[in-house]
Amino acid sequence: MIREFIKGLSITFKHMLPGNSTTVQYPRKGHRLPTAERFRGLHRLVPAQDREKCVACYLCPTVCPAKCITVESAENEKGEKYPAVYKIDLLRCIFCGYCVEACPVEAIEMTGDYELANYKREDFTFEKQRLIR
Amino acid sequence: MDPVLLSFSNDPLLFSGVMVLKIIVTFSVLMGIVAYATWVERKVIGHMQTRLGPMETGWHGLLQPIADGLKLFFKEDIIPAEASKVSFVLAPVMILVPALITIAVVPFGPDLVIGGYIIPQQITDLNIGILFVLAMAGLGIYGIVLAGWSSNSKYSLLGGIRSTAQVISYELAAGLSLVAVFMLGESLSLRDIVAVQIQPLNQVAGFLGFLPEWIPNWHIFSQPVAFVLFVICGMAEINRTPFDLPEAETELVSGFCTEYSSMKYAMFFMAEYANMVIISAIAVTLFLGGWHGPFAGSVNLLIKIFGFMFFFIWIRATWPRVRYDQLMFLGWKVFLPLALANVMLTGLVVVLLQ
Repeated sequence: MIREFIKGLSITFKHMLPGNSTTVQYPRKGHRLPTAERFRGLHRLVPAQDREKCVACYLCPTVCPAKCITVESAENEKGEKYPAVYKIDLLRCIFCGYCVEACPVEAIEMTGDYELANYKREDFTFEKQRLIR
Repeated sequence: MDPVLLSFSNDPLLFSGVMVLKIIVTFSVLMGIVAYATWVERKVIGHMQTRLGPMETGWHGLLQPIADGLKLFFKEDIIPAEASKVSFVLAPVMILVPALITIAVVPFGPDLVIGGYIIPQQITDLNIGILFVLAMAGLGIYGIVLAGWSSNSKYSLLGGIRSTAQVISYELAAGLSLVAVFMLGESLSLRDIVAVQIQPLNQVAGFLGFLPEWIPNWHIFSQPVAFVLFVICGMAEINRTPFDLPEAETELVSGFCTEYSSMKYAMFFMAEYANMVIISAIAVTLFLGGWHGPFAGSVNLLIKIFGFMFFFIWIRATWPRVRYDQLMFLGWKVFLPLALANVMLTGLVVVLLQ
């Protein structure tokens, strides 16, 4: 019995020694845990050489279960289709990742970015400029 | 002129001044320890559970006790409509006051000689010192029982009832374990008990003459069983894990202090930590030589008290609460016979050595 008592005490004492804490002081600078590779955070439009990869095929707004993606297509001077408007309303988005799966040209991705809080409703609508990264 | 003991009759003004000074210093040191014991407890338990404890208020949460105090001070003071008002208000006072006045009999240093007077570093030297300590410890329990009863809540009542059952099962063993110490010291005064422990061990016990001079006659060497019994019963006395049955957050919400809020709740907490300091101080004075040690008087005492308090916190972080019947079993069937046997054995040895 005594041996078990001492064993228990030694375990807690070992935990107390510096460097054994597992706490991450989250909101503090530099205290972040790495996100998983498949983590579905904020969307990102993949850039190509001179513009975004997106060809404005409307597959992502079609598949989107939350109906949060707005696309308006246009044609540029080379005759290529591109999205004149590409908007994601993050207040409606459920981060399911169907848009990424549906995309035929791998133009949209999900990043590990999860700190999406904001002060104004308008700031949750992500336009094309904010999505291309 | 030989120095004489300073008393009220030979210099009333100086005596009163010295007394007030001693009381103020002791009280403020005690309250300081009480306040920062809460911080240390949260930090140590946090680290033992691989957390960090308070980190936001001040450097590593150092201002946490002040923040806690302010928060409790500004909270609404609720007295339940069905509670018995007088005893509900009286209960926190009844638990805090005995906890605080017990420190009066603890000696915290050797006698000082100032201006032809001997000034003992102790608020008052009662010749029944340890009886006073036990009496005050017993009185503090009434506060818990009264709080549980007057709240008119089932959880509080259960906490209070548990406390009554707990007090009769450990206090016998605690008292009997101290009897063996009195048999060696032949005095109930804490001052005399410390004086006995200062002598070198090899002079007190002639058959241990081979030991070096610097090993003192601390009672932990002559009474190890009594020491262990007293520390365990002390943990029960101050309602700390593994014997925190009257409080028992997991079973009784918060036990006897469920219905309390604001400063009344803070008083229960102050009493709990003050009791922790007192029990450490008494254990140190009775078994570990009190203020005797390599540093200046009160520093030794404080170091030993902090050691004990760390031990209590460490135990809280390690072991779960014992079950109700296990505590009864321990108190009546293990500790009481052990304490009685220890008294018998000590008596036999004292008689044989004479």
